[in-house]
Amino acid sequence: MIAPEQYPVLIVTVPLLSAFLINLIGMVDKRLCYPASLLALGASLAAALAVAARVAATGTIHYHVGNWPPPFGIEYVIDHLNALVLVVVAGVALVAAIASKRSVEQDFPDKRAQFYTLFVLLTTGLLGMTITGDAFNLYVLMEISALTNYSLIAMGGNRALVGGFNYIIIGTIGACFYLLGVGHLYIMTGSLNMADLLQLLPALFHTKAVLVGAILMLLGAWIKMAFFPLHGWLPNAYTYAPSATSTLVAPLMTKVSVYIMIRVLFSVFGAYYVFTVLPVKGLVVWLAVAAIVGGSIFALAQQDFKRMLTYLIVAEVGYMVGGVWLANQWGITGAILHIVNDAVMTLCLFLFCGIVVHKTRGHRLENLRGLFRRMPVTMAAFAVGALSMIGVPPTAGFFSKWYLILGGIDAHQWGFVAALLFSSLVNAVLFFRVFEIAYFEPAEEVHGHGAAVAIDEAPLSMLLPLVAVAIGLIVLGLYSTSLVSTFIQYAVPAGI
Amino acid sequence: METVVSIKPLLASLVSLAAVVPIVLSGKRPNLREAWTFGAGLVKLALVASMLPVVLAGNQIEYTLWQFLPGVAIAFRVDAMGLLFALVSSTLWIATSAYSIGYMRGLDEHSQTRYFAFFAVALSSTIGVAFAANLFTLYIFYELLSLATYPLVTHHQDEEARRSGRKYLTFILGTSIGLVLPAMLIVYSLTGTLDFNQPGLLAGAPSKAVVVVLLLMLVLGFAKAGIMPMHAWLPAAMVAPTPVSALLHAVAVVKVGVFSIFRVLTGVFGVHLLRSLDLGNLVAVLASVTILTASLIALSQDGLKRRLAFSTIGQLSYIVLGAALLTPKGMTGGLLHIAMHAFGKITLFFCAGAIFVATGRKNISEMVGIGRRMPVTMTAFLIGAMSVIGIPPTGGFISKWYLVLGTLEAHQIPLLVVLLSSSLLNAAYFMPVFYRAFFCTPEESQFEAGVVAEAPIWCVVPLVFSACCSVALFFYPQPFLHLAELAVQHILGG
Repeated sequence: MIAPEQYPVLIVTVPLLSAFLINLIGMVDKRLCYPASLLALGASLAAALAVAARVAATGTIHYHVGNWPPPFGIEYVIDHLNALVLVVVAGVALVAAIASKRSVEQDFPDKRAQFYTLFVLLTTGLLGMTITGDAFNLYVLMEISALTNYSLIAMGGNRALVGGFNYIIIGTIGACFYLLGVGHLYIMTGSLNMADLLQLLPALFHTKAVLVGAILMLLGAWIKMAFFPLHGWLPNAYTYAPSATSTLVAPLMTKVSVYIMIRVLFSVFGAYYVFTVLPVKGLVVWLAVAAIVGGSIFALAQQDFKRMLTYLIVAEVGYMVGGVWLANQWGITGAILHIVNDAVMTLCLFLFCGIVVHKTRGHRLENLRGLFRRMPVTMAAFAVGALSMIGVPPTAGFFSKWYLILGGIDAHQWGFVAALLFSSLVNAVLFFRVFEIAYFEPAEEVHGHGAAVAIDEAPLSMLLPLVAVAIGLIVLGLYSTSLVSTFIQYAVPAGI
Repeated sequence: METVVSIKPLLASLVSLAAVVPIVLSGKRPNLREAWTFGAGLVKLALVASMLPVVLAGNQIEYTLWQFLPGVAIAFRVDAMGLLFALVSSTLWIATSAYSIGYMRGLDEHSQTRYFAFFAVALSSTIGVAFAANLFTLYIFYELLSLATYPLVTHHQDEEARRSGRKYLTFILGTSIGLVLPAMLIVYSLTGTLDFNQPGLLAGAPSKAVVVVLLLMLVLGFAKAGIMPMHAWLPAAMVAPTPVSALLHAVAVVKVGVFSIFRVLTGVFGVHLLRSLDLGNLVAVLASVTILTASLIALSQDGLKRRLAFSTIGQLSYIVLGAALLTPKGMTGGLLHIAMHAFGKITLFFCAGAIFVATGRKNISEMVGIGRRMPVTMTAFLIGAMSVIGIPPTGGFISKWYLVLGTLEAHQIPLLVVLLSSSLLNAAYFMPVFYRAFFCTPEESQFEAGVVAEAPIWCVVPLVFSACCSVALFFYPQPFLHLAELAVQHILGG
């Protein structure tokens, strides 16, 4: 039996080692890859839940990998912030994996072993980025998740290759920025441990090198999260990625990048430096406004359903970045809550998109015709996700928006408040346009008013995860206060 | 005044939501399916009625379901005002359900299961709004109502329904997200709570400018109340099947709008604040303009349902005007008008639907001589019209009487003129319908002489019932009058 103290490392090592095993298993029998990855991700989720429970009960956990003490060894630090994000990452990955079965069989039956190996490895990278307390280790895992991500996207073939290549270039630049920033800090302090840096940096706050380091790290994170106007890589990469890939990466990549931004800001530099010394507070909020408005408008212009969703991700990133830089209790609470809510909402929408692709072999808006009659349960679940994106209570999306708007009012950032409301309205337009198509326009093979259409629901392996996530969105909404009082309120830096 | 804690308001709201499951499951057996609707309707009415004695004794019933933040909860409070509205809605839901059977089966409509299911959801939301203890709860149910009524409005699923549905959502959802939501958050940011209370949340108000902005955001934001220029969705929504127009667009949805405004004016801003800043007049002007303009437009409408829709827009603003008067009699009149107009207008809609089912006609110009063909329906129409105009012996007279007294109390002679001239206009757009229906030579009549053919019995009984109620309410305005007086007493503090 493994002692509970060892759970933190299991979150990462179980999927890491399983990834290689899955590849080996695939040589024996391809059909075993799917259950094996579910097992690995399930174990990781269980460990993450156990760790989160312990953090909620006893506070921050420090875990020294290989028993090397910091600042020399790698340290895992799980506090209230990343305990939550770890559960989200592991949970979303598991659900995405469950739903991937049919899409993978349909899209690349011969590459199942490779797909699941990369899938689990990507999850490992995301979990590692989230759990680590070491700025350089974070970079390493950032590369792991990025490289696996490129390959997973490229498995979509043709246009995905171009999108993926674009993403490699931009993503690598982002990672380089981050690494350069870490380099600056290392030269100045001689340390890579975040907690150590937090102690050492205040004496150096006046130096240009730290300023440049901070800006480089921030830029790196922004490129990785597709923060407008650095979002150019995202729509193509995510639109042409295979369904099974986009279901995993769309909800998680940007959200983990937002987490990294928060982590670097508050655990490396500290709130005082970020909001008082760095002269960019107001500017970033306006960039976030641009992200929200820009993402929403681009989404409006799309005729491709999946592409529309990718632009919504760009807008949602603006929510979170803006929320953090409001620099008050409400705003940061809202941003962190939105990491959770947006991950689940995006998962819901992309699971639905996966079903549409599986059933209709396409993801343009006209593929959605007549779906209310054909798949009532699927559409009902999708409707919950869409309403959450619009921000209709009591779905989860309403509550993070609630905190974010309160933060905007408190900070007198009326532009941000207006942008959030604008985005809600645009989302309403977007999703009701989708509903209209699915509700009013009969599928091509059907003629006549109210003709009986055979119900043709999605396969259970896709439908059940979708329904579970849709219910989860409502539960998450109802429990958002508990989430704030158990985790998020401790993650907000004190004294702002 | 005592406060009783009871789960009844929650149950009253949820019973119809719970009924959705059996309604959907028995979709293949229409009689059983409608039995569930009636069952839920009766239970709902019984629950609402069972709270009547407690409230009439001057007490309140409270229930907190879920606390989100300090001052923000899903919570219910049954007071006289909420109960009045709930009583009206739950009574008329039963009548409308009966009518729906006649109408939907009479026209052999498609997707009836969906229709009855969303109807039940809509009623859940309506009662939720009536019993909401704070702005947050009210907002949740308000939004739920908007979404639940979309499939009802667009029931026909054709191009016209699609266009109207789009207009409906644009106005209703656009204003609730764009105006009410930020206003609510600003109120919360200023006061730290959203509970409706006396003398009003914003009693220690920051500045007149903020109050004016919030007032406009909230009064125009509750677009279901149809205050101009936020009224255009209502005529468009007439594309819905007539029972939907009857219950939702004469009672539940639109009254949720005016009820929300009433709540906000009295519970968020507070009568004293509005009086001291002299803001009642601002709302009164908005309402007066709506009353007169809508009545004038109604004159020119040939589609019977459209004429009724514009009449509704005008009548809704009576209620808002009553609230804006900020005097005891005026507010009593406003609240009473929620009930009186509901019974009158639903009768008129029932009649319009019955005519459509029986003859397939929608336009007033095609209804010359219809009185001989459908005497019961058209007599009910006369009673409904009298109530809306405010002629005794119908309920509408009583609420208008109080409203007129309210204008005198407030020394607002221009508003008195508005009310009286609107009554004349009401008569001018309703009486020709009735006149043409009965008073024509056999040659002018567009119907075969000597044939009496009413709509199916399921259509006729509800409209006779609601017409009788309209008359009965003149002689026995209790308990509505009593509830309205209690509510006003509470609002004005003693």
